[in-house]
Amino acid sequence: MEYILIIISAVLVNNIVLTRFLGLCPCLGVSNRFSNAVGMCGAVIFVMTLATIVTYLVNTYILNPLHIGYLQTVAYILVIAALVQMVEIILKKVSRPLYQALGVFLPLITTNCTVLGVAILVIQKEYNLLESVVFAMANAIGFSMALILFSSIREQLDLADVPEGMRGTPITLVIAGLLSLAFMGFAGIVH
Amino acid sequence: MKKKEPTFLNLVTTLFVATFVSSASLGFVYEVTKGPKARAELNKKIEAIRNVVPEFDSSPFDDKTERCQNERCITLYPVKKAGEVVGTAVESWTQQGFGGEIKLMVGFLPDGTIYDVEVLDHKETPGLGDKIDRKKSDFTRQFQNKNPGAFSLTVKKDGGSVDAITAATISSRAFCNAVQRAYDVYRKESSH
Amino acid sequence: MMSIERSRAISIWKNFTKGFLRENPVFVLVLGICPTLGVTTSAVNGLGMGLAATFVLVMSNMVVSLIKSLVPDDVRIPCFIVVIASFVTIVDLVMSAYTPALHAQLGLFLPLIVVNCIILGRAEAYASKNPVWLSVIDGLSMGLGFTFALTLLGGVRELLGSGAVFGHKFITGDGILVFILAPGAFIVLGYMIALVRLVNKTD
Repeated sequence: MEYILIIISAVLVNNIVLTRFLGLCPCLGVSNRFSNAVGMCGAVIFVMTLATIVTYLVNTYILNPLHIGYLQTVAYILVIAALVQMVEIILKKVSRPLYQALGVFLPLITTNCTVLGVAILVIQKEYNLLESVVFAMANAIGFSMALILFSSIREQLDLADVPEGMRGTPITLVIAGLLSLAFMGFAGIVH
Repeated sequence: MKKKEPTFLNLVTTLFVATFVSSASLGFVYEVTKGPKARAELNKKIEAIRNVVPEFDSSPFDDKTERCQNERCITLYPVKKAGEVVGTAVESWTQQGFGGEIKLMVGFLPDGTIYDVEVLDHKETPGLGDKIDRKKSDFTRQFQNKNPGAFSLTVKKDGGSVDAITAATISSRAFCNAVQRAYDVYRKESSH
Repeated sequence: MMSIERSRAISIWKNFTKGFLRENPVFVLVLGICPTLGVTTSAVNGLGMGLAATFVLVMSNMVVSLIKSLVPDDVRIPCFIVVIASFVTIVDLVMSAYTPALHAQLGLFLPLIVVNCIILGRAEAYASKNPVWLSVIDGLSMGLGFTFALTLLGGVRELLGSGAVFGHKFITGDGILVFILAPGAFIVLGYMIALVRLVNKTD
């Protein structure tokens, strides 16, 4: 039950993009085409879950016992960067089609603040390992949902008559605002 | 200037030196800021105690007692004026906030009446739930001079006496929960 | 004819002012949007976040420019990230010690300065190719432009949302709450970008 609550809360109530404001750059960057968005989602779900597990272990077994919690940011970002690189190399060797599908999006993920953000949130919320994994996956799904919603709407937008100054980013942000308003309706269903 | 062809050893050394210098300087900054950080936290607590109990001349940290359950503690700070106990500040918490944990300092007079409440720490939504902070709204005022024995610490929607913040019932409920927790512990302590 | 001195001074001045409108990181380049929206519930928060990021930007630009010839190309990015992460942690520690209230308000977004695209972007695109003092000016320009954008956005949201500016309330009542909440952040930024485009066009 607790896990279901974590999932609902992360996907709908506290959606990482629309209410926590994380991962907006990739959301605005790759959401112009539906197929790009789907590729990015796959890569994010994969890397975020993996990165959360690794950073959780780093925190519990290296940083905490040595009392060097202040190195958290440095350690996490290095772990994430190394992990992304490794995933890229392994994918290239193991599964060619998967690499071709996700490859271009992998380097972008290092600077995707959702990954570092979730890794830090998990520690702040004092989750255990299993809860952390569920939380990370739920957030990745929440991110994917927002991204796919965005890209579908933006493809429609190409056909709409938008005033010149509002074309591109501004109108996308206004749409994000409306989506976020809609998501506020979910507030209160957990608790 | 032409860069020399990097060898593997070269790469590893560079990375190692970079991380080493970084951790060393961070360790230094951490040591330097540790003192002021602890002092700032202590000051914040003293300030909060001062705000929620009547004037006192004792040092509340000398008389503090802790009541722990499942590794979570509630701290009581009795304060005295001229040797006489004039009130008790209770550091309480709840996990039921909209954004997670809320920490409160609740001040009681010796008869169990609430003198005042101050929020120590919260993660509620700006504009909605953050009105539990007395700097943002008058929400906490309604708790002043109320005795939880007669004043039901639940929101009116649930049949209690507390006016909830508009559109932030969850935060208001959580706030009541933390105050109730403080009162329960205080009653148990003072009845000894 | 303009003297060389004078044209140099002008180009430095141009290098410095570019961050405010012409190449404003938020309004024109649309970088670093996450903290922009996340912390701008009030003008003070925006200002605090902007200054923290400016410090990191200036220092990391300086160090990156200093070490650019020592670092082999293959490990360039990881080294830059370590430099940036170190300065971010320093800001985090110092703020938690001396401005605990602001530190609590900015919360998660402070460590996330590390992945702010502006900072790595400037290190990679500018500081790794230019001399130290130019990089510092570039960092200062971008940082203050970022601060300007954040404070403006925070100010507008605070004004519309709670009728106050920098915490001083001058309109009684609640204000239009939605502007302080998440949707307002997106909508205000959207319209501001459109507005800055208009200003830059007429210039």
